[in-house]
Amino acid sequence: MKRFAELLELLALTPSRTRKIAALAQYFAEVPDPDRGLALAVLTGELDIANVKPALLKQTVLAEVDETLFALSYDYVGDLGETIALIWPHHGTGELPRLSALVELLNTTSKAELPKLIGGLLTQAAIHERWALIKLATGALRIGVSARLAKTALAEMSGVELQAIEEVWHGLKPPYAALFAWLEGKTGRPEVDHTARFHPLMLSTPIEESDFEKLDPRDFAAEWKWDGIRVQLVLGRNGASLFSRTGDDIAPSFPDVVDAAMGRAVLDGELLVGHDFAPRSFNDLQQRLNRKQASARQMAELPGFVRVYDMLFDGDEDIRALGWQARRARLEAWFDQNPQARLDLSEVLGFTAWEDVASLRRQGAESHGHEGVMLKLRTAPYVPGRPKGFWFKWKRDPNVVDAVLMYAQRGHGKRSSFYSDYTFGVWKGNEIVPIGKAYFGFTDEELKQLDRWIRANSIGSFGPVREVKKELVFEVAFDSAQKSTRHKSGVALRFPRINRIRWDKPASEAARLEDMDAFVG
Amino acid sequence: MSFILDRNLYVPAIDAWIDPGEPKPRAIITHGHADHARSGHGAVLATPETIAIMQVRYGDDCAGRFEPLRFGEMLTIDGAQVSLHPAGHILGSAQVLVEAEGQRALVTGDYKRLPDRTAEPYEAVDCDLLVTEATFGLPVFQHPAPQDEIARLLKSVADQPERCHLVGCYALGKAQRVIALLRDAGWDRPIYLHGAMIELCALYEDLGVPLGELLPATGMPKSAMAGQIVVAPPSAIRDRWSRRFPDPVVCQASGWMSIKQRARQALVELPLVISDHCDWGELNSSILESGAGTVWVTHGREDALVYWCQQQGLVAEPLALPGLDDDGGEGGA
Repeated sequence: MKRFAELLELLALTPSRTRKIAALAQYFAEVPDPDRGLALAVLTGELDIANVKPALLKQTVLAEVDETLFALSYDYVGDLGETIALIWPHHGTGELPRLSALVELLNTTSKAELPKLIGGLLTQAAIHERWALIKLATGALRIGVSARLAKTALAEMSGVELQAIEEVWHGLKPPYAALFAWLEGKTGRPEVDHTARFHPLMLSTPIEESDFEKLDPRDFAAEWKWDGIRVQLVLGRNGASLFSRTGDDIAPSFPDVVDAAMGRAVLDGELLVGHDFAPRSFNDLQQRLNRKQASARQMAELPGFVRVYDMLFDGDEDIRALGWQARRARLEAWFDQNPQARLDLSEVLGFTAWEDVASLRRQGAESHGHEGVMLKLRTAPYVPGRPKGFWFKWKRDPNVVDAVLMYAQRGHGKRSSFYSDYTFGVWKGNEIVPIGKAYFGFTDEELKQLDRWIRANSIGSFGPVREVKKELVFEVAFDSAQKSTRHKSGVALRFPRINRIRWDKPASEAARLEDMDAFVG
Repeated sequence: MSFILDRNLYVPAIDAWIDPGEPKPRAIITHGHADHARSGHGAVLATPETIAIMQVRYGDDCAGRFEPLRFGEMLTIDGAQVSLHPAGHILGSAQVLVEAEGQRALVTGDYKRLPDRTAEPYEAVDCDLLVTEATFGLPVFQHPAPQDEIARLLKSVADQPERCHLVGCYALGKAQRVIALLRDAGWDRPIYLHGAMIELCALYEDLGVPLGELLPATGMPKSAMAGQIVVAPPSAIRDRWSRRFPDPVVCQASGWMSIKQRARQALVELPLVISDHCDWGELNSSILESGAGTVWVTHGREDALVYWCQQQGLVAEPLALPGLDDDGGEGGA
């Protein structure tokens, strides 16, 4: 466990990506099974210790520490796991068990006995190990290491291509003994059934104004950017799965879609709701997403469907190495052979010059509420991850409103000492009513300035929240506005972010609630 | 209840302020850090070491008049007695005890209780009213032994001999303490100094604190600095100044470094939890040992310490002293 704690600390604090990868590769090469596989599971977020949840940890620590002092400390530190690691008042000696033994202990101890076990481990652990222990137990690392980075280290350590590792990854489970044996050349590549698993998605990058000069419109196809959620529909030998972009199977929430699908394939598309393939708002889709199981009424009112735009497997054949144009042809042919009730094809938009796409994008947003357009290189293979130059997203321009800062709250994690979460509002008569919260869209330098301004202009505080003088105007960008009963203003913004800080603008010139009507669609 | 000291740390009986934030006719200064010692006072009462530090930092004429008072000596002014007692924070740092009208009021200034050969050892003082700092006034602050932290630094130096270790330390107090800890751990190679450290290190040596061989960090060829230790102010180690060193490891010696998110925020690769202030446990025991019935808390996270005092049945309140930022002044913590 000491070795793992050192690794986590190094990963959290080393700014250099190369050095992180080197440290990970060294760890995987030197630490035996099954410890290294469990460490990999922790780093990739695949290790689930079912019964250790934040509430249980809190209960453990509150048996030993005054509740008020704990709350003040948590507010200051900003990270629950780190607060617990630092505040634990007992110090013993001895060594923590090895990683695999620890995971075993945490997984086999009954819920009632867990607080005692964890308390004992915290007492036993050296100060640097406590933090790692809590991170391990809760799975919430927040140390700036992605699953991708861990897999890159595996590639580095073994000389096997990263993509080959991604290919088998979703068919494997901790502690990954078969994976390590393959990477070390002791056995062949692990067998995984592609028709029963998630395949990592290909993602797009935002297009920049300057990109257009370099790109030839004839090389690209355009499609609408649909306002739903990205899904992968796997129609396999033993039934169908519907995966979210992170690989969670959401089939149980959408039996209407999954049960109606015909044929064999792995498809990429957008999950939407609506009758007769007419998509309804994201808000409507959300109502179905929030349910683990769909009710009959919901399925009748908000039937789901998938608008398909790509194909990874045609039957059992992996066609990802083909260019987009060739895959599209295979996809259209597949639709002809497999008539569908809840799947349809995403339209390919005709254009000759980039100006045509610009006007399509504008019209699409104004008349149909599309999120923008997608541009796809006709020759591009389907590559998992975010390869550069293949798929571009060109989002519609955001809506903006000038709103007044009302409250600020200290952030968590890296921003734990800064007031970085902002509630802002607009005028309703002579008072200001909140319309939303945002915690990004500004630079680190602006964050420092805002933090200073908030400390100097606060007029009250409620726990971690400060109320400030209603004097500072934010230009807030947002994707759309909806009616809301939760907000006093009756309006809620989708995806709000701080576009600009209007240090120059008097609060009296901020927007009025009536102005928001134009955005509510 | 009335006290011989008011909430601005003004002592009416002798017409003097303790660590005032702006120029006053008479000031008693606990120690040389800039958030306690300012220039421009009429008369300054302090330990000879603190006076020497103020003169190095602000010039010989930074106050109208200096009145040195040694530890343990008693000064009687108009029926009130003033004495200074070691605070263990930095060289010359003092707690100020004022006795008048049968009452004893103690202002700790900044203090710590862990042994430190660069500062006179902390002395526990009985009092009725205690004014304590609370820089690390939260139970999450449990400082480890500084020797262990120095061992981590030396291990990192040994593991990465091709890199230069830049240790960010406040120039007064922390720098000298880190150097002394390195010497005591057996590091006998030259230690390289940022320009801002040189004068104060020389002063410490003059005042009887040996620090071993110290060389200026600038002017050395880059390659010669691999495997070396450089001590510099925190602001310099992440600035362009640090580019002259080979692949530097950014270290920082501070009590704040126990919070990893803080270390990340500050882009510190090797945080060293070395503090010149009491941790939570030391604050608690100091308060209890003082025997004070009333505690005023300042400089830091007052809320938690005030709450804790009240839980112990003491009368406690936070003091809002002007001119102190949220993180306890100079960042030398």
